[in-house]
Amino acid sequence: MIKNFDELNEKISSCSVCLANKFAGKDNKRAVVLCGGTGCLSSNSQAIKEKFEQLIQQRGIDDKVSVNQVGCFGFCSQGPFVKIFPEDTLYRLVKLEDVEEIVEKDLIGNEVVERLLFVDPATKEKVAKQDDINFYKKQVRIALHGCGQINPEDINEALGAGAFQGLSKALKMDRADVIKEILDSGLRGRGGGGFPTGRKWQFAYAQPAGEKYVVCNGDEGDPGAFMDRSILEGNPLAVIEGMVIAGYAIGAQNGYFYVRAEYPVAVNRLRIAIKQAEEIGLLGDNILGTDFSFRVHIRLGAGAFVCGEETALLNSIEGQRGMPRPRPPFPAVKGLWQKPTIINNVETLACVPFIMREGAAKFAAYGTEKSKGTKVFALGGKINNVGLVEIPMGTTLRELIYDIGGGIPNGKKFKAIQTGGPSGGCLTEADLDTPIDFDNLVAKGSMMGSGGAIVMDEDNCMVDVAKFYMEFICDESCGKCTPCRIGTKRMLEILTKITNGQATMDDLEQLEELSRTIKAGSLCGLGQTSANPVISTLTHFRDEYVAHIVDKRCPAKVCKHLMQYTINPELCKKCSACARKCPVGAITGVVGKEPYSIDQKKCIKCGMCMASCKFKAIEKK
Amino acid sequence: MAHLSEAAVAKINGICDRYVDEKTPLMMILSDIQKEYGYIPLEVQELVSEKTGISVAEIYGVVTFYSFFSLQPKGKYVIGCCLGTACYVKGAQQVIDKFSEILGIKPGETTEDGMFTLDALRCIGACGIAPAVTINGKVYPKLTVSAVPGIIEEYRNGGNNL
Repeated sequence: MIKNFDELNEKISSCSVCLANKFAGKDNKRAVVLCGGTGCLSSNSQAIKEKFEQLIQQRGIDDKVSVNQVGCFGFCSQGPFVKIFPEDTLYRLVKLEDVEEIVEKDLIGNEVVERLLFVDPATKEKVAKQDDINFYKKQVRIALHGCGQINPEDINEALGAGAFQGLSKALKMDRADVIKEILDSGLRGRGGGGFPTGRKWQFAYAQPAGEKYVVCNGDEGDPGAFMDRSILEGNPLAVIEGMVIAGYAIGAQNGYFYVRAEYPVAVNRLRIAIKQAEEIGLLGDNILGTDFSFRVHIRLGAGAFVCGEETALLNSIEGQRGMPRPRPPFPAVKGLWQKPTIINNVETLACVPFIMREGAAKFAAYGTEKSKGTKVFALGGKINNVGLVEIPMGTTLRELIYDIGGGIPNGKKFKAIQTGGPSGGCLTEADLDTPIDFDNLVAKGSMMGSGGAIVMDEDNCMVDVAKFYMEFICDESCGKCTPCRIGTKRMLEILTKITNGQATMDDLEQLEELSRTIKAGSLCGLGQTSANPVISTLTHFRDEYVAHIVDKRCPAKVCKHLMQYTINPELCKKCSACARKCPVGAITGVVGKEPYSIDQKKCIKCGMCMASCKFKAIEKK
Repeated sequence: MAHLSEAAVAKINGICDRYVDEKTPLMMILSDIQKEYGYIPLEVQELVSEKTGISVAEIYGVVTFYSFFSLQPKGKYVIGCCLGTACYVKGAQQVIDKFSEILGIKPGETTEDGMFTLDALRCIGACGIAPAVTINGKVYPKLTVSAVPGIIEEYRNGGNNL
């Protein structure tokens, strides 16, 4: 049990030494570090870890090598990762059958396994260390601090990496001064809204003392965003610490984590972290000998996107349907069980310990005038380096997509980047040099959102993408207010008509009118922003809409009703591969004699033929 | 409670008892029941209502609101196709269409033999390995349309070894 500040300091110093020693190879002991994020776990990293343990024991070097599982490295498209310390060698795309070679060659023979090193796609050179890879060079890790470095299931490693220093500092300060520190840092909500975190805290602080709550919004529903999951999986104690600091600042006694049920690994690690913090007295009664007591609880979502909206989330914790409440009263006045409540996103809370530990100025040194610090983006879609990146606010989209993301795969042309998920919009080539911050993205017709950034290339149809988001919203609309419930349904019908080639220009007009109505008339943020993907694609890619409507043509050749598969008889080798694959028997010809052709009436446009043809004889038109 | 076995009644009562100290325990009770049995039929809702004093109407409202709760039993293998944006732009729709075509069911349905349930999932956060599919929790990364028939076949032939 840690009963006071001195004991905490002592514990922190001994843990820091332990952690540093591990990476420095003290006593000739080397460390194998494996990524244990959801992405790598599903690419077999658990089995790889077990194989390492087994082989290391078999070779009798278990007193010389430790095997460690840590949180997400962020560079998901190159996973699973294995790192060897103290050399800091990074192996990527490691398979089960590679383990033996790493053990024999590197751990026993002290020789780097060259073939498993990262190869820079531009220079074709092999890169052995993480920090030398372009993907990592421009990153600054504040919210992701500790992720991919510490064992998230061991509080001692978290303490060694700086955990609870921020809380220790905060508890020695006045509550109002803690809030001031957060205000001075310029931290704004990372969940999408961008509301100044310190202001939110101020409102709750100003309420009469009594029962108050801190809620952490871990209902990361934006499809394509996974930063909150990775933070909870990689360093759950940072978020817990942020929550406790918030609780102290506003005078709350209890904190609730609301996490998606889709994130079992994150929930499990969060449970372990809470238990370990309770065991050593960093959660519970009289923390560090002060009169401040704080308890943390976990609540699971059950698969409803709208619960990411803060008032819907509160209803869900209260055991009701996750439908938004009208505001005011704002949660800071009447929130959970009608008591003053602040709701902060996972990434927001993960920034708080850094601000308290290092000071507001250090945080505010990063970023633009009105958006301070860093932001984590989940870079996905048609991009070479898929993964999680944390960059200072003000980094341009071009740096994000090309320097960090490594550009578009297969030599395709960049078309758009969608940010802010179903509430956001897309940005195009013309916006590439825009510095990313809250206000710039809004000015460009998109938004920061929680940080999902999906890159699309020339093969993506923007009408289809808009329809995809509208389907999502239609499905996830809670049904409480009419503009969102019925309006989005009507919009989806029109979008379906357009992609089927049955729409007229009048439909386009109606689509725009509906967008305006839904924006003006919906109850919650999700409804109000639900038309954004349509508005934004209409602004930037109106010609694509017109092509679907007037020319009955899908320029990206995605919309099934507006495209055809055909076989070029001159390239056809008459091998029958396509005909054998066709699920509906639409392809006929004679092996070795007559070139094959597709009966357009029977064709269901599944694309199996094109995938099966080795001679590129099948074309999309 | 005509259809519920004694053991089930005891188990569900036990689940409700876990949360007697909570102010609003409904979500937790339902999550545990869903996890234990794979679905929450009306009889069970009635039992929970009796135990907690929450009306059946309210419980039914909650069960039908959240996609994780199900009124019908799920198949032995639950195939979840991620249709998050990152997966979608990399062809997840074609993948789920293929599952749908081979199994002869739409997303949300279960095959008649009770073997497979097909679910369309919102982002599972595995965007680095898009398109991703989970089958009873096991994640299949970077799935292609042509790999789908083989996967279904493996499960049909007693997929426990997978």
